Parts: sequence; C-alpha cells; structure tokens
Amino acid sequence: MNSLAPAVWPAEDRALARLLVVNPTRGTFRDALVSDLESLLRPHDLLVLNDAATLPGSLVGWSPRGPLEARLAGPPSDEGLWPAVLFGAGSWRERTEDRRPPPRLEIADRIQLEAPGPESGLAAEVVSVSSLSPRLVELRFDREGARLWRALFRVGRPVQYSYLRAPLPLWHVQTAFAGRPLAAEMPSAGRVLRVPLLRALRKKGVAIATVTHAAGLSSTGDPALDAALPLPELSLIPETAVAAVDEAKGRGGRVVAVGTTVVRALEGAFREGRLRPGANRTDLRIGPGFRPRVVAGLLTGLHEPGESHYELLQAFAPRPLLESAIAYARDGGYLGHEFGDSSLILAE
Amino acid sequence: MQLKGSAALVTGASRGLGAALAAELARRGARVVAVAREAGTLEPVVARIREAGFEAHALVADQGDKDAVYPLVGAATALVGPIDLLVLNASTLGPLPLRDLADTECEDFASVLEVNLLGPFRLTKAIVGSMVVRGSGLVVGLSSDAAVNGYPGWGAYGVSKAGLDHLFRTWAAELEGSGVRFLSIDPGEMDTRMHSDAMPEADRSLLADPAQVAARMVRILEAAVPPPSGSRLELPGLESAA
Repeated sequence: MNSLAPAVWPAEDRALARLLVVNPTRGTFRDALVSDLESLLRPHDLLVLNDAATLPGSLVGWSPRGPLEARLAGPPSDEGLWPAVLFGAGSWRERTEDRRPPPRLEIADRIQLEAPGPESGLAAEVVSVSSLSPRLVELRFDREGARLWRALFRVGRPVQYSYLRAPLPLWHVQTAFAGRPLAAEMPSAGRVLRVPLLRALRKKGVAIATVTHAAGLSSTGDPALDAALPLPELSLIPETAVAAVDEAKGRGGRVVAVGTTVVRALEGAFREGRLRPGANRTDLRIGPGFRPRVVAGLLTGLHEPGESHYELLQAFAPRPLLESAIAYARDGGYLGHEFGDSSLILAE
Repeated sequence: MQLKGSAALVTGASRGLGAALAAELARRGARVVAVAREAGTLEPVVARIREAGFEAHALVADQGDKDAVYPLVGAATALVGPIDLLVLNASTLGPLPLRDLADTECEDFASVLEVNLLGPFRLTKAIVGSMVVRGSGLVVGLSSDAAVNGYPGWGAYGVSKAGLDHLFRTWAAELEGSGVRFLSIDPGEMDTRMHSDAMPEADRSLLADPAQVAARMVRILEAAVPPPSGSRLELPGLESAA
C-alpha cells in the first residue's frame, strides 16, 4: 500500500504547515493551514497541550558484553531507576526495526556511556531486566541531581529518526512551550503551535491549558515489546487543567487534545465521573469503540492504518471517513511522520 | 512576584551580584538554579546556599554558546520545574584592560555581543513560551550606566547592554497582556571583580556591596505593585523605591 511521504526535516515556518480538517459530524474533510486554527476553534473551546520536554534519551556506550545504545523510555521512578530499551551498536541511519539486537545484559552489568570532552563519562548499572523482553531494563546512573542532569544533557542526544536527512539537534525536538523533560520522544503534535498563534487563540477566547505526559518510545525493534506499547506512562494533571476542562464544558466549549499523548493523559485520569488532578500512571489503550469522556477531538499528525495512533483516531471519527481522508492526504502530497503535516479531527 | 516555591534561574552566579542574587532568592524561598561557566567557583556558592538550608543547584554552562542553551534549560527545568523567574545577569567586558573602539578587534566585539546579547535572547526564547502558556513569568536583565552613556573604552559592553535594554522593551511590547513581564535593572557601581577588572584604580569604599544590591533588587521583584513590564530601573536613583 502507498503511504504518506515523510517530512525529512523540521519545517521552519510552522504557521504555514498544512492542516487536514476532518469533521466527523458531517463526515467531511478539507484542506487548511495550521494558522487557520484561529477560525476553526471557537471561544470557550479549550486546547490542552502536553508540555513535557524531550529527554536527550539516546545514550551510546559499552557494556562488558558488547557495545550498545540505551534509549531512555521515560522519567525515573521515585527510587531513581530509569526504564530503558537497549539496542545493538549501529547508526541512526538504520531503522529501529533493522537495528542489531543488543547484547543480553544481566543485573549488575555496568554500561559506560560515551562522553565528548574531558569530563569523566556517565555510567549506569542494570538493576532489573523485564520479563516482557530482555531489551527492556531499568538503569541506575552513577550520579544524581544536577550532576546527573548535566551529564545526561552532555552525553545524550534525542532519539533519532532514520528517514530524516541529518541527525536532530535537541532544539528541534522541543515544543515552544516545553517544561520538564519527561518525554522519551517529542510530543510532536504541539510542534506547530508557536507562541504568536497561541496568543492569538487566547485573544479570541480559546482557553489553553497544559498537562505533562511522559510519552514513551514509539518503537523498540522487538515485536514482542512493540505489541505491549504503550507501556504505562506518567501524567501530571494540574488543578488548573481540571478547572479549565470544567469551565470549557460548562460553557459548551470543546476540549481539543494536542496530540495522542494528551488524549491518553486526560482520558486516563478520568475516574468515577470526573477528571482527577495529580500524578497518574496510565496504560489506557484507546481504539475503535472507546467512548472519550473528556476530549472532543484532537490536533495531531497524519496517521495511517497500522499505526497505534490510527487505532486511537477511531475513537473520534469512523474508520471509513479516516480512510478517505488519509487517501486524500496521500494524493495531495501531505507529509507524514514526526515532522509532517497536521490534522484536526473535531466534531462541531 | 511570589518567590516562595518559585523556580528561578540566575546566570553569572559564581560571584558578585549573580552569587548574591542566587543566595537572596533562595533565602526568600525560590528554588534556584545557579549558572556559570566555571564549576570551581560556582559550586562553593551553591554549597553555601544549601548549607544555610535553602535550595540551589549548580549548572555549568556558557551562555555565549548556542549549543548550551537547550541542555541548560532542560537540566534546569528537570531540577526545579518550569522557570518562573529568569535573571540574565552574566556578562563579559571583553578583553582587559578595556580599550577604545578603534583598538577593538571585530571578533572581540562579536563575542561580547554573543555573551551579553544573543545569549540572553536565546535563553529567553527557550523559556518564554512556557511562561506564556502558564500566563506568568518574570525576566530580569542586568543593564548598566554604559547602556545609556558613551564612555570611552566601554564600547562593546555598552552596545551590548543598550541592545539588551532594547531587546527587553521589544519582548515586553510583543508579550503585553500575556502575564510575562520584563525588567531591565541598572544595579549601579558595585564592589565586584567585574568592576575591579574594568577600573582597577577605583576607590572600593565608594562602591556598593553586591549583597545589599541583591536584597534591594529582590524587594523590587517581590513588590505588591510591580514596575511595569518593559521598564528600565536605575537602582542608585531609586533610594526610596524599595
């Protein structure tokens, strides 16, 4: 089957990025630009952003059993243990699924990470190996606090995508409103939302709130592990977001999630009839038949059949409509993947 | 602004006014990330703040280095959360002793602008979006008498500070009504290493103590009626302001 051409580099002028507007109420779709969100959203609508910044989570190093890459899969536990997925040695040019498997590490193995410059490199110890896959481990680094974060940002780089034309620097994987670095990969739907557009939306009466959702890795190269994705992910739902959702709903506004991570964060924190603030771990899977309780629609990338995100979209629009829309996007030259064009799937 | 529980990032925090501001902000309850180029001078400053029972973290970075900006903001935010108060205090005089423009190398002029003007621009750009979305934040820039007067020998530094003042006025105009505020503060002449580097012959007894200047600045930041965004304050002329 044909698929969307990937965007091979982040575009500079994001307000001019293309936006495919899918209207499940009427069963229609049409072309627009991201800047048209100003007219597509209404006063009292609420846009919810994921403000998690992206971790410099790709770490290259050596273990006693061979060279490897560790990709941090999310933030550390309260005990300071970091979930990580291991890969064999290789280059960012190789697709994740083509990467050599990692050496099989055991508890107490030590990984020495490559560090540019004269400072001593970072090291980590394997604390546990998952029963799901030997590639999924928990690591404890040899330092903490400011020393650890300094070292991580010196040694690590963002998870790379083989279809891009060059390695990604850190600034290309941060949204304009990024806060705490908790995401294993960029919450990419928010990339097109720049400060002037957000301010214009607010001036129009569209409310904006944030949650922090620690998006995990999109792919692990291990079919058994990929089938278990997404692993439980941490969401931080501030009181202000709960109040904004209540306010929007009270005034007849629509809650629009920016990205599938925000859908998971909000729907995952809806318990016993209401959205609950605070820290929440969610392993919620959203697909056809799921009835969203908080979110009316979403701004996201263009997702195709076979992707888990495509399953999620079916909670917001029927499959035949999504199929026609994606076929239209493919023929119309819309770009896919992390840095591609956007779509808005939102009922009236 | 309410400092208690806020997240503050202070550049140039290894000595002088920056070190004093980091300590004063921490004492007032802020969770402080102190930034400077040299770990050897920065870490004792942070250790003293922590020994006094307050929160501070040391991050080594050169704000003149473009590649250092996102790693710095990422690590700072990981440690204290999204930044509420950004204090752009770090700056360089350029080569010493100070020299006239006719004797200033183009590369030296450029590197002064890189550290004193572009560095603050990049750091603000990396942080301000989060402040806008949250609807609050304060960015403070350290200005100088040399930003408004053309003193011989202070050309590159003075231009960088005049540029910083204008950068702040423009940020303030663009983000008016967003809840994010910008203040330029000229702290006046202080007894710091920067001052003695620039004017080794000055009478130190006439210079202000950076700790007292920091305390006055922090009182202004905490004032119930804050100065309007985009304003430039001259601390020596504000004897009764705080």
